[in-house]
Amino acid sequence: MEGNLAEMGAFIGAGLACIGMGGAGIGVGHVAGNFLSGALRNPAAAGEQTATLFIGIAFAEALGIFSFLVALLLMFAV
Amino acid sequence: MAVDGEIEGGGINIHPMDQFMLEPLFGEGPVHWYTLTNATLWMALTVIAASLLMVVGARGRALIPSRAQSAAEMTYGFTRKMVADVAGREGLKYFPYILTLFLFILFANLLALIPASFAPTSHIAVTGILALAVFVSVTAIGFAKHGLGFLKLFWVSSAPTVALRIVLAVIELISYFVRPLSHSVRLAGNMMAGHAVFKVFAGFAGALGVGAILPILGIVAIYGLEVMVAVIQAYVFAILTCVYLNDALHPGH
Repeated sequence: MEGNLAEMGAFIGAGLACIGMGGAGIGVGHVAGNFLSGALRNPAAAGEQTATLFIGIAFAEALGIFSFLVALLLMFAV
Repeated sequence: MAVDGEIEGGGINIHPMDQFMLEPLFGEGPVHWYTLTNATLWMALTVIAASLLMVVGARGRALIPSRAQSAAEMTYGFTRKMVADVAGREGLKYFPYILTLFLFILFANLLALIPASFAPTSHIAVTGILALAVFVSVTAIGFAKHGLGFLKLFWVSSAPTVALRIVLAVIELISYFVRPLSHSVRLAGNMMAGHAVFKVFAGFAGALGVGAILPILGIVAIYGLEVMVAVIQAYVFAILTCVYLNDALHPGH
C-alpha cells in the first residue's frame, strides 16, 4: 500500500460531493419541466415569464455549484 | 497535494487545469499584482471588443441599420427591457452599470471559446470582484434610499407569528450574505467546468489514434453547448444583479 490516507479521504470526499450536482440537475430539470407544462397550457403568458425561469434555474443551480466548489477544494486546495 | 487530474500510464496524460494558469506576458518570473499576464491581455481584448460593438454600432445611426448597428441596438434594447421588467422604472438609473457588466461577461465568455485563448471569467478572483462590487453597491443603494428601513428586507411581515419572523430573519440574513459567493462561483464554476471538459476530451483524442474521431465529434457538440452556456451565464449574472437591485429599491415583503 502506497500513498497516504488523507489524500484518499480527500478524493473519496470529492467524489461524494459530486452527488450534490445530481441534486442540482434534478432541481433544474424540475424548474424547466414545470415551466414547459405551464407554458403549453397558456402559451400567451409564457414569453413574459422566461426571466423568472432563468432566475429559478440560477437559484436551483447555485447549490450544485457549491458542491462542485467543495469537490474542487478537496481536489486542489486541502 | 493532488495537483492535476493526471492519469499516468496507458498513454493518457490529461492536465485539464493547466489552461487556467496565469503566465506573465513578457519573460519569466513570479506574478505580482502589477505583472501583465495572459488574464490582463484577454480582459483588455474583452473591453476592446465590447467597446467596438457599441462604438461602431452607434456611429452610423442609419434609419435602416447595418448588421453591427442591429446587434448593438438589440443588445441595448434587450438589457434595458430586462432592467425595467425586473428592477422597475427606478432601476433604469443603474442601467449603464448592468449593461457594462453584461457586455463584459458576455464578451469574456465568448472570447474564451477561441481555441488557445484564456478564460478570465473562469477565475474566482475576477468574478468575485464583479460580484462583490454588485453586493456592496446594492447594499449602499438600499441604505441610501431607505435608511434603516432597508432592514425590512429581512423582516417577513407576512409571516403569522413573531417567533417565525425571527427564524425567517436569520435565514434571510444568511441568504443575503451568501449572495456574492453564489453569484461569483456560479459564473466561474460554469466556465471552468466547460473548459476542463474540452481538455479532458482533447486528451482522449490524443490517446486514441484513429478512433480520435469520436472524442472530436464530442468536442464539437460540447462547443455548441458552451456557446449557449456563455450567453446564458452572462444573462443570468446580469438578471440576478437586477433582482438584487430590485430588493434594494423595494425592500419589504
